[in-house]
Amino acid sequence: MPMVDKAARWRVLWRGIRVVSVMSLLIAGLVACDDRPWNDPYPRDTATSNTLYSSFGERPKHLDPARSYTVNENTFIAQIYEPPLQYHFLHRPYQLIPLALAEMPRVRFYDAAGEPLPDDAPAAAIARSEYELHVRPGTRYQPHPALARDAEGAPRYLDLEPGALAGIDTLGDFAEHGTRELVAADFAYQIKRLAAPWLHSPINGVMGEHILGFAALGERLEAADPEQARARVALLRDTEFEGVEVLDRYRLRITLEGKYPQFSYWLAMPFFAPMPWEAEAFYAQPGMRERNLMLDWYPVGTGPYMLTENNPNLRMVLERNPNFHGERYPDSGMPGDRAAGILDDAGAPLPFIDRVVYSLEKESIPRWNKFLQGYYDFSGISSDAFDQAVRVDASGRPMLTETLEARGVELMTAVEPTIFFMGFNMLDPVIGGEGQRARLLRRAISIAVDMEEFISIFLNGRGVVAQSPLPPGIFGHRTGEAGINPFVYRWEAGRAVRRSLDEARTLMVQAGYPGGRDRDTGRALTLNYEAVATGPDDRARLNWLRKQFAKLGIELVIRSTDYNRFQDKIRNGTGQIFFWGWNADYPDPENFLFLLYGPNGRVEHQGENSVNYTNPEFDRLFERMRNLEDGPERQALIDRMVEIARTDAPWIWGFHPRAFSLYHRWYHNAYPNQMANNTLKYRRIDPALRAELRRAWNQPVLWPLGAAAAVLLALLLPAWWLVRRRERSRAL
Amino acid sequence: MSAYILRRLLYAIPILIGVNLLTFVLFFVVNSPDDMARMHLGEKRVTAEAVAAWKADHGYDRPMLYNAEAEGLGRLTETIFFDKSVRLFVFDFGSSDDGRDIGRDIAQRMWPSLAIALPVLLVGLAFNISYALFIVFFRATYVDLASVVLLVTMMSISGLFYIIGGQFLLGKLFQLVPISGYDSGLAGLKFLVLPVIVGVIGGIGAGTRWYRTLFLEEIGRDYVRTARAKGLGERLVLFRHVLRNALIPILTGVVVVLPLLFMGSLITESFFAIPGLGSYTIDAISNQDFAIVRSMVFLGAVLYILGLILTDISYTLADPRVRLQ
Repeated sequence: MPMVDKAARWRVLWRGIRVVSVMSLLIAGLVACDDRPWNDPYPRDTATSNTLYSSFGERPKHLDPARSYTVNENTFIAQIYEPPLQYHFLHRPYQLIPLALAEMPRVRFYDAAGEPLPDDAPAAAIARSEYELHVRPGTRYQPHPALARDAEGAPRYLDLEPGALAGIDTLGDFAEHGTRELVAADFAYQIKRLAAPWLHSPINGVMGEHILGFAALGERLEAADPEQARARVALLRDTEFEGVEVLDRYRLRITLEGKYPQFSYWLAMPFFAPMPWEAEAFYAQPGMRERNLMLDWYPVGTGPYMLTENNPNLRMVLERNPNFHGERYPDSGMPGDRAAGILDDAGAPLPFIDRVVYSLEKESIPRWNKFLQGYYDFSGISSDAFDQAVRVDASGRPMLTETLEARGVELMTAVEPTIFFMGFNMLDPVIGGEGQRARLLRRAISIAVDMEEFISIFLNGRGVVAQSPLPPGIFGHRTGEAGINPFVYRWEAGRAVRRSLDEARTLMVQAGYPGGRDRDTGRALTLNYEAVATGPDDRARLNWLRKQFAKLGIELVIRSTDYNRFQDKIRNGTGQIFFWGWNADYPDPENFLFLLYGPNGRVEHQGENSVNYTNPEFDRLFERMRNLEDGPERQALIDRMVEIARTDAPWIWGFHPRAFSLYHRWYHNAYPNQMANNTLKYRRIDPALRAELRRAWNQPVLWPLGAAAAVLLALLLPAWWLVRRRERSRAL
Repeated sequence: MSAYILRRLLYAIPILIGVNLLTFVLFFVVNSPDDMARMHLGEKRVTAEAVAAWKADHGYDRPMLYNAEAEGLGRLTETIFFDKSVRLFVFDFGSSDDGRDIGRDIAQRMWPSLAIALPVLLVGLAFNISYALFIVFFRATYVDLASVVLLVTMMSISGLFYIIGGQFLLGKLFQLVPISGYDSGLAGLKFLVLPVIVGVIGGIGAGTRWYRTLFLEEIGRDYVRTARAKGLGERLVLFRHVLRNALIPILTGVVVVLPLLFMGSLITESFFAIPGLGSYTIDAISNQDFAIVRSMVFLGAVLYILGLILTDISYTLADPRVRLQ
């Protein structure tokens, strides 16, 4: 018996060895035949396709142009929807050009009697402004089931029977997709949607202040039955209002109350993109919402791309719109653009890329590593990865690290039209108000809080110290000596130098706080900083901030809270000092200076003036400035307003962030345009080069597999031997 | 047994009401309906009228728990709590605050969670039990001591370390698997390798130690001594007797988590970009989407109760002496 057992055991062992050998040979054969990287996250057949790969970290909340207002949403919808205007890709200062329109809007002004006024009429004389929009004929919508028609020309899917949606999960499940021509009425329909109370458009309030009859339209629409989605569509279609008039198939007139030059910028935002009523009627049918088929998730546009896969939990895919009207790459730019190769594609038809895949990538580490492996075509730089990507040369100029340079990665930087500042609540009895004492205290603190150091430590140098509310690139921003804030800086040897702490301490003495003690009471000055602090990085930042105030003998108490309570404090005016920011809606100084306009005060008027600053002269100048065209008169007004704000110091001016972007060598036409979101159509890639480099960079390293197997074997064999020996050992 | 199960199901109702109430209170202690409206309407240019309209549209313009202005039963029913809770008991989760159908999202997202969690559970179970039996075989030797040190060390390391380390080693350095991502069907297999390996390794420390303890407890019992006295080999004693008798606590641990496998893992799904229910929950919390949060907590509670009932039933299968009454 024992002999038989032994033979059987060897047979089993031999069979096992044969199986393992055959499988190993098979795997080795497969590896040898396929040189495709093992870690490639994309399907095999897309390796050399004209597809751009990118990622998104947070799923967009809204893809409805009436509701969408954030950058991560605009990333998608700006490629799909086409508002009347767009920003020129290359020209600076930013220039508006027609997009869905055949030409720029014709603007006419009228007085209270309805008489036409000249273009240079004073704003006070203008009772209403008319914008006449001429829609480009021949533009067609992307293929969509809402626009499909049957043989008789009737809408195919706008009156579905109950049960007709069985088996339908996505728009792709509809057998027929149709299109139709863009007409002026689609713009009118969308503008009425902005007023619809059930859509909660974020610009409902601001448009109500400017478009004639817009607010009244909203009140009329409130009568719509919330349970009858289709009735709402009909109501929107049928309701007329004086602010928007469809003149004919291709012409539309929008009437504004008074003068509002910034309206042209709004016309370049997706809010004003045309909407076919059929789309809303289609999605309003019973059963659609239950299948998550909504306009908020499945856009219908005329742009260069259409959304063909919308799985915001995993992946969103844009594909070339076959009905796109066609557009050409710009043939003019700024000096140096041609030499830099940015105009190499001048006159070429757009878009260049067939398909764009955005993968959900919530964490920065895997996103960064996949960029390094070539699986994302471009990337930002997170703080974690900054040292791997960028080094700073002796002159302070950011450069790529040698590793990235060797890979042919390119770095592009651009100052964003954004400001982050430290605000003093002007309603606070200690730090706020118009009194000289508080003003001197604020100026002293402005000197003590070293923003250069902040940018260096906490932003890896990715920022420019702000001297006023206006970022570079916005009309009114001044550079050089004329641009510095004289209360915080002095101009020395051709550069701005922060004033000394001694000067700040002198201001403290003048304010009645020598050494940080109140001269009247003898008590130490204690100020409160409102913070939304969550992590260890925040702690370091708050400690740094405490030290800045301590330079003047001020004790800074950190009042950390959650985001909601923080917002409450700002809304109620109970905070004292806080950090805040603003990102431009459009490149106009009005969009920054209105942050200090008194009637925009947060507490009293729920506006965007978060510090509740008010200065009658500033407000008067703002009201004049906002209606002027860019020119010397406007510049003079802005200079004076900035001077007033610097004198009162309601903010520590903070910084303008500098965006750092990285691109692989196969990615072309990367050009910083901080205002336009529809720039995807200008990008071009070289898929063959990308496939080749991906292969070279991502060859699997196989020895660890062998090593792991060897280690496992080295552990198991002695263990097996020990087990056997132990079982066979005799009891003593 | 049927009566027992029915009774347990009835007990579940007050538990679920309690869980729902607790979720409601905890959520609204941190977030007010105004906060939720502002979160959904965005940061810029939000007016008080827009906030009020959003609240009215989403049913958050009522009193929280008690409506003093209503009559009779309406005092309780015309409240946010009642309005948002009652439909849960028929598993109608309604719509999220951004309008998506929650039930449909859950049905879609539970499969990716399961695709990770099930292999992790099965492979982990097999490995941990085998390793624990191996340690027990060499109990009170250097093998035992070294293993315990190793297991305690592994237990002490954060799960995040395994994830980042796994992505760095297997994904970035050796380039054997994609660092993150997901796909359905066979195309998704390559994305599962890394999270499953990381999940199994991350669970070895705690799992193996737990099973080792169970086996050591059994191995000192009289029936084991009897088996040895009958001349059975140590391997047979371990596999045929010790393992079988340790099944009840193992079953307790395993069966109770079976339904929860659908719920996913918050961190793993986030780092590996898996579109499962774990990341669904974490997104809802950060977006202050009460509709999703309450649905997920409710579903989690239901599945947990279901797991406990299944555990009780599995006792009777594993040990004929156990009777459910």
